Amino acid sequence: MRLQKATSFALYAVLELAADPLRQLSGTDIADKYGISAHHLAKVLRDLGRAGLVDSARGVGGGYRFIGNAKRLTLFDVIQIFEPVASESAASHDSELETDAGHALHIVLNEIDDHAIATFRSITISTMLKLIARRPWESAAKPAKSAGKAASDR
Amino acid sequence: MTSAAAPERSSKLRIRPAVSRDLPALIALDEEVTGIAKRTYWKETFQLYGARRRVPRFFLVAESDGTIEGFIVGEVRAWEFGEPPCGWIFAVQVRPGTRLTGTGTLLFGALCDAFRRAGVQKVRTMMLRGNNLVLSFFRSQGMMAGPFIELETTLD
Repeated sequence: MRLQKATSFALYAVLELAADPLRQLSGTDIADKYGISAHHLAKVLRDLGRAGLVDSARGVGGGYRFIGNAKRLTLFDVIQIFEPVASESAASHDSELETDAGHALHIVLNEIDDHAIATFRSITISTMLKLIARRPWESAAKPAKSAGKAASDR
Repeated sequence: MTSAAAPERSSKLRIRPAVSRDLPALIALDEEVTGIAKRTYWKETFQLYGARRRVPRFFLVAESDGTIEGFIVGEVRAWEFGEPPCGWIFAVQVRPGTRLTGTGTLLFGALCDAFRRAGVQKVRTMMLRGNNLVLSFFRSQGMMAGPFIELETTLD
């Protein structure tokens, strides 16, 4: 599954700012860290501001800061600001639903979408920050230990 | 998305195995949360998971000043579809008024400790994908999608 650029940029910005809600960062700071277009990010930050998730201060020392509730705000909440989520975007063309195969395919695609929506709805920004701190991708390459002998001998 | 003041966790909160005198409070708490009284189910579950512990089954409660604030139930399941033994959680409840105080986290941690002592290295669970409250809780504990896909069919 792929997210649109604006959505990804928004998630990067929210995660970066929510990591320390007292810190103010400029759009350029965030854009530089993630290697993304500062111009594009500025538009995204404006949308996040309109959604009440970030606040901006002008002038020296100004910048953006996170003003949402990281324990309540989910990936779904952020994504839906920028693009339709799953089922809405995958609404089949009317012509596809005129055939049995089209209906069957529609059911399977909806099943995938329902899982995607449940996943996005269940992961808060706070949980994402914990995931980032754990860095599971670093241990993913290490070989897994075998299951404990005590349990396997039951 | 608005923030609300979280209730404070009682310093007297402790996690311990469920005992038979907890049953009425457990049944009442579950009914308070789910809206369905399941007396027979919980009595049978206690018999299997709380009273007899010859196999790695765990029924833990969070108690504060004599009040049951939450519970968690799990067991070690082995070799289902060839998978090595793993810890399996199939029930967790925290009293609505004391949520967001870390009670669920303490229960989850205690159960994971019990699973570790039983020699397993994976913990799994399954719930309705619409149960965002519990799904979010397990996500917050670091759980992610595992290798299984849940399937079902309707019997005619």
